[in-house]
Amino acid sequence: MSTLEIRDLKVAVEDKEILRGVNLTVKSGETHAIMGPNGSGKSTLAYAIAGHPKYTITGGEVLLDGVDLLELSVDERARAGLFLAMQYPVEVPGVSVSNFLRSAVTAVRGEAPKLRQFAKDLKAGMDSLSIDGAFAQRNLNEGFSGGEKKRHEILQLELLKPKIAVLDETDSGLDVDALRVVSEGINRFRASGETGVLLITHYTRILRYVTPEFVHVFAGGRIVEEGGPELAEKLEAEGYEQYTKASA
Amino acid sequence: MGLNEKPLSTLHEKASYDLDDFEVPTGREEAWRFTPLSRLRGLHDGKAEVTGQVLVQVHTPAGVTAEWVGREDPRIGQAYVPADRVSAQAYNAFEKALVVTVPKESVPAEPIRVEVRGGGVDGASYGHIVVKVEALAEALVVIEHQGSAIYADNIEFVVGDGASLKVVTLQDWADDAVHVSHHHAQLARDATFRGFTVTLGGDLVRLSPSVSYTGPGGDADLSGVYFADAGQHLEHRLLVDHSHPNCKSNVDYRGALQGEDAHTVWIGDVIIRVAAEGTDTYELNRNLILTDGARADSVPNLEILTGEVAGAGHASTSGRLDDEHIFYLQARGIPFDEARRLVIRGFLGQLIEKIQIDELRERVLSAVEAELAR
Ligand SMILES: Nc1ncnc2c1ncn2[C@@H]1O[C@H](COP(=O)(O)OP(=O)(O)OP(=O)(O)O)[C@@H](O)[C@H]1O
Ligand SMILES: [Mg+2]
Repeated sequence: MSTLEIRDLKVAVEDKEILRGVNLTVKSGETHAIMGPNGSGKSTLAYAIAGHPKYTITGGEVLLDGVDLLELSVDERARAGLFLAMQYPVEVPGVSVSNFLRSAVTAVRGEAPKLRQFAKDLKAGMDSLSIDGAFAQRNLNEGFSGGEKKRHEILQLELLKPKIAVLDETDSGLDVDALRVVSEGINRFRASGETGVLLITHYTRILRYVTPEFVHVFAGGRIVEEGGPELAEKLEAEGYEQYTKASA
Repeated sequence: MGLNEKPLSTLHEKASYDLDDFEVPTGREEAWRFTPLSRLRGLHDGKAEVTGQVLVQVHTPAGVTAEWVGREDPRIGQAYVPADRVSAQAYNAFEKALVVTVPKESVPAEPIRVEVRGGGVDGASYGHIVVKVEALAEALVVIEHQGSAIYADNIEFVVGDGASLKVVTLQDWADDAVHVSHHHAQLARDATFRGFTVTLGGDLVRLSPSVSYTGPGGDADLSGVYFADAGQHLEHRLLVDHSHPNCKSNVDYRGALQGEDAHTVWIGDVIIRVAAEGTDTYELNRNLILTDGARADSVPNLEILTGEVAGAGHASTSGRLDDEHIFYLQARGIPFDEARRLVIRGFLGQLIEKIQIDELRERVLSAVEAELAR
């Protein structure tokens, strides 16, 4: 049983205040959707929790099972059980997918996986996400299409098995088939009931595959409305206009 | 013998066997302005005493001959004319030259290995090597440098018609070594040359790989990786002289630098002379500066004297480790130091992949790995 608590989080980028007091609690077994217009600060929230150096925390707390994540380095946060699937996964030249994944799994588990077992797990993970085995030898994200990058983010999610996963627009840039494959991956991850998901998205489309218990509307750097899945339907019908006006 | 008569470009105007044709460098010359002369230990001004102990050993596979010969041997100095003061010094001071011959149409099964081992920095040593690959033969040469030495040498690679030569040189010197070396490859018609330099050790290493062509259709690839630690000066000065039509050249060097006063210099000169129509050339240098206090100088020069080139370009970049790369790896739990190692290894590894012999590639990778772990 895990809990991520975000309390009154305030974040600035280059002296510009972006997050203006975010409060949110995600428990294992729960899926929360954060929806909001472009530029409202959704990625800022995700990156700030993960510890990206570009973002300055100006107030508030982020606790994972009572541990203050903001005191930890980026890699310590990941090893504490936090995972961030990035909106734009970066290309890392010269580092192969398999080498990277083995290093990550070793770091998170605290010991190197048995080579044979790892190869098996990797193969199974790639198969279930319809990723061609040849990708293991390719450089990390280099030359991957948008959809291929997102599948690899979910592959990492499934291999690393974090306590809490923050998925930043994992659905964007996916065609219908890829969306289904990726959603199934997220659902496998959720199936244990021991993990929590914070799903950031711009569109309701993915929520038909990955049903959230809670929906939060994000605008102007804070949560402006909260509800159940029905809120997503309302946003689908009415758009974000009422919130962008209100927060401007 | 006086100044060489070949057509001169604005780059590299001098070439001579005669030491007196070269003034003692002062450090103001274009060719010497990056090199800390005081650390050359007298290689450049004749003050070095020739009492050094450098042992050169050669292992040849069946069918390949290796001979130690005197300077009167006609095969010496055929392909290469010394192009600077230290090179001329080495040319005039070596005792015996090593001449390796790969006979016509032969394809030795194993690499030719040359081990250069220094036994101290009490005096200087000079060397000369000629590797002749005759028409249509194919060979691989591995030259390794280890130990401590003050050493200057010239190496001539003479690649015959339709022949192919691959050379890997490893500068894995001890911390106090000083090494100044010219590697010249002369490509006959349709010859192929693949040079790969790995420079890791030494206090000061200055390598000048160059290529010339004596007929059309030659293809040269010069690659290199280097890793400079605190206080090291690693300099690579490349020259590709296109004087015949339809030849190719590709230069790709990558370096990483870390620590106070780690200094690397990369000069990439390419000349495309009037006769060299249809030349296709590209040169690239990329540097990764890992800490403050390290400096990478990178100067590509492309001089085109003909209107008819197939392709000619160059690029040079020097930058820091990309924060986004490190963040991505760290966000997957990989600790900072290891993330950094993975990214640097990847950056250099992309070039090292070019080494086709597994055992050698692994050795180079582990040498880089050891450098990263320091
Ligand atoms: N380096 C920066 N300098 C200045 N402003 C920045 C910087 N990075 C982000 N911002 C601003 O922060 C705000 C929030 O950006 P963020 O990426 O968090 O939005 P988002 O909700 O994820 O948008 P999208 O839906 O487009 O992904 C935007 O107005 C953006 O322009
Ligand atoms: Mg975003």
